Amino acid sequence: MAMEPQMWRELGLADAEYQRIVDVIGREPSPTELAMFSVEWSEHCGYPRSRPLLGLLPKEGKYAARVKGEDAGGIEVAPGITILFKMESHNHPSQVEPFQGAATGVGGIIRDIFTMGARPIAVLDPLRFGELDEPLARYLFRRVVEGISFYGNCLGVPTVGGELRFEAPYGGNCLVNVMAIGIVETDKVATSRAVGEGNPVIIVGNSTGRDGIGGASILASHEFAEDEEKRPTVQIGDPFTEKCLIEACLEALETGAVIGLKDMGAAGITCTTCEMSAAGDHGMDIDLQKVPRREPGMEPWELMMSESQERMLLVAQKGREDEVLGIFRKWGLNAVTIGRVTGDGMLRVRDNGELVAELEAKTLADPPVYHLPAEEPDYYREVQSADLSQVPLPNDMNAVLRDLLASPNIAAAAWACHQYDHMVQTNTVVAPGADAAVLQLKGHRQGIAVTTDGNGRYCYLDPYVGAQLVLAEAARNLVCVGADPAGVTDCLNFGNPEKPDRFWQFKRCVEGLADASRAFGLPVVSGNVSFYNETPNTAVYPTPVLGVVGVLDDVRRHCTPGFKRAGDVIILLGETHEDLGGTEYLKRSHGQVTGRPPTLDLEREKKVQAACLRAVREGLAASAHDCSDGGLAVALAESCIHGRVGANVARRPPASSSQHPRRMLRASRRSRPTSARQPLCSAKSGATTS
Amino acid sequence: MATATELHFGIVVFPGTNCDTDAWHALHDGMGAPVDYIWHEDTDLTGFDCIILPGGFSYGDYLRTGAVARFSPVMGAVTDFAAKGGLLLGICNGFQILLEAGLLPGAMMRNVGQTFVCKYVNLRVEATDTPYTRAMEKGAVLRIPIAHGEGNYYADEATVEDLRRNHQIVFRYCAPDGQTTAEANPNGSLDNIAGICNRERNVMGMMPHPERCTDPILGSADGRLVWDSLLG
Repeated sequence: MAMEPQMWRELGLADAEYQRIVDVIGREPSPTELAMFSVEWSEHCGYPRSRPLLGLLPKEGKYAARVKGEDAGGIEVAPGITILFKMESHNHPSQVEPFQGAATGVGGIIRDIFTMGARPIAVLDPLRFGELDEPLARYLFRRVVEGISFYGNCLGVPTVGGELRFEAPYGGNCLVNVMAIGIVETDKVATSRAVGEGNPVIIVGNSTGRDGIGGASILASHEFAEDEEKRPTVQIGDPFTEKCLIEACLEALETGAVIGLKDMGAAGITCTTCEMSAAGDHGMDIDLQKVPRREPGMEPWELMMSESQERMLLVAQKGREDEVLGIFRKWGLNAVTIGRVTGDGMLRVRDNGELVAELEAKTLADPPVYHLPAEEPDYYREVQSADLSQVPLPNDMNAVLRDLLASPNIAAAAWACHQYDHMVQTNTVVAPGADAAVLQLKGHRQGIAVTTDGNGRYCYLDPYVGAQLVLAEAARNLVCVGADPAGVTDCLNFGNPEKPDRFWQFKRCVEGLADASRAFGLPVVSGNVSFYNETPNTAVYPTPVLGVVGVLDDVRRHCTPGFKRAGDVIILLGETHEDLGGTEYLKRSHGQVTGRPPTLDLEREKKVQAACLRAVREGLAASAHDCSDGGLAVALAESCIHGRVGANVARRPPASSSQHPRRMLRASRRSRPTSARQPLCSAKSGATTS
Repeated sequence: MATATELHFGIVVFPGTNCDTDAWHALHDGMGAPVDYIWHEDTDLTGFDCIILPGGFSYGDYLRTGAVARFSPVMGAVTDFAAKGGLLLGICNGFQILLEAGLLPGAMMRNVGQTFVCKYVNLRVEATDTPYTRAMEKGAVLRIPIAHGEGNYYADEATVEDLRRNHQIVFRYCAPDGQTTAEANPNGSLDNIAGICNRERNVMGMMPHPERCTDPILGSADGRLVWDSLLG
């Protein structure tokens, strides 16, 4: 039977891609094989369009890093203790069905962590929506937060941070990113390799249904057409099953009878069977009749593409499978042997005795790479040359400050944070609301801090500098709580890469991030690319969101942003320039998103951060806070609000809301008793008052 | 019965329980007390002096919080244990299970705000003649966090009157100054009720999490007072 073009086009494959498949396997694919290629070669799974550039990101830094392809990566934070982390996007599903989209986003990233044998210890959720006065944005925001709360709270993994940003370009395509962090003994990190001929291949967790078919290949790998009904492509989350799956998988790994384990996210059985086989230089022979399913009558291609949640594929040691199966049954979960590992590198899929797919695993797991053209967008020159010296000074600075503090991009995120259990597991030393969250590692002196940061506006105005500013801010957030930045995960949210101006944004951001990571000595240990974040009307700002983990030598030596007591001296670290480009002030008070983002001198930035870190570690700083959105004015106000004290600062030169990087605010413990009544008259210092 | 300082704690683990390890760490690391887990299918509670039903989402909170867990095999043994005077503490989901099992009166409804709420709250100590509060002062204000979506305690007027008359209301949500105002009530709970005990005072349920504030590095150590009361 000859394939009709309709068949591959409906699966999201271009004609050229189909031809490529025929060329590679030397024949027409079967319908099941075609479905498998469509998911495995999609941008969502195989990164064919972004891979060439991702190679620029550094894999090594000052801490021992573990970087392995698309799995979670990590850093060793204490002898024998590795922290694994990764960030992912669930943008398209969340725009279509915000509650389940956000919920299953949490579930998916958590599986990435415990599949490697790590206990998930924290989640962070950077979220971006349209302007809050849009009813759709308010609906999406409310339901996404509820979805995260529903799933994360039930799992017992604390949500310790994230971001909330509201900007028009995200109105048709919200960004729902989620970062998960896990802890594991370094020598116990599990692999996802299938090795050992004859070893049983076991599917565990939920049964397989028709939900989420095409979620990765179609929903996440193409632009949004707003009128299309795509709800059925969104998966449904069951956090209770996931909680049991976490416990059962970690218990099974403890036995030593597990050879390899991989989570089924996008592309379900296709992805796990083919990638585990390819990673282990082996093959698999599986029988779809054995797969537990939710409904009768499912076709082989549906079973292979289903994205039903809370499932894992496991390869066990031959002869010890009963031991493994017993653990999953104890937790009330399905666990069924569906096939065996083979030695010839071929992935064979059978259904009712019929061979429905026979492909070399490595071929399937290795999509072709596309080198896409990049072209500077038209707007770039215009915003770069914008003259901001003509922006009028506001008459009423107090009104400007009040307005900035009321901005949903700056105001406290308590409404969302209180819906997240941020304390469970009793490790949360510094809760959401500070520059970064701080977690203790029970039984160790060391602790970790973690933050997520993005700034789509800066990256839109200058993608290269913008990406560097994002990393600099994330690192600043960490040193403010007393942590040494150690490793990065990135979630790269962009528009349609097939449009050269969008791809240019992506390219410049990745280059900027690569250069800044090298300068800071930080490895990018894991990441995710989300393209096609656009509707026919708008594309999102280029928005790389970074999750950065830092290490505290002694978790008790940490800092928070609130001023601690009247009389302490306030010190401003770094330089202040007239950097108004892309500021929240320029947008709110003058309705403009233009100009150049703040200039960044990476060497000076590193020095400012080193000084701040040392002051916190040596106990000289009573508080520390980063100047970011809203600039110095907002940073001072936030430190006052957190600490319930006031501050006297001088206004020379003007304490404008320039959001210059490299600036940190710090109240020193070494206060002079008189300073409350004699505020220091310098732009770089002031004093807290009661 | 063991002497107070030798209390052997048992923490029940249902599928979906997620504050079991927190309670274990609080008791083991924080208080140096002997403590073991009890799988929900176990029915032998020999050797335990205090059973804790910890927080979490037993059976995913499906159907209704605590509604499925009360049918777990361990609950028969737990009921017998309590009937014989054994110490039984339900925290958060554990409190919800105690209500569903009929070991304490009343029921939990969805928070009035219709959302999950996780934050520190203030609690006023209303009864100090229980094994869980005897190290506290009556009227003292404790800072202990809550984390729940269904903590809106409800009972009919006769039951609440009974609770009041028998001094079974152990904790009430309050303002920092101890006033039990409506603003200080995080979930709409009737009469600001945060924790109650049975008439015999050996069974207590509370929505706030003392195990989350046993180590001062976590922001408060007021939860220790519950363990101090038990171990003192």
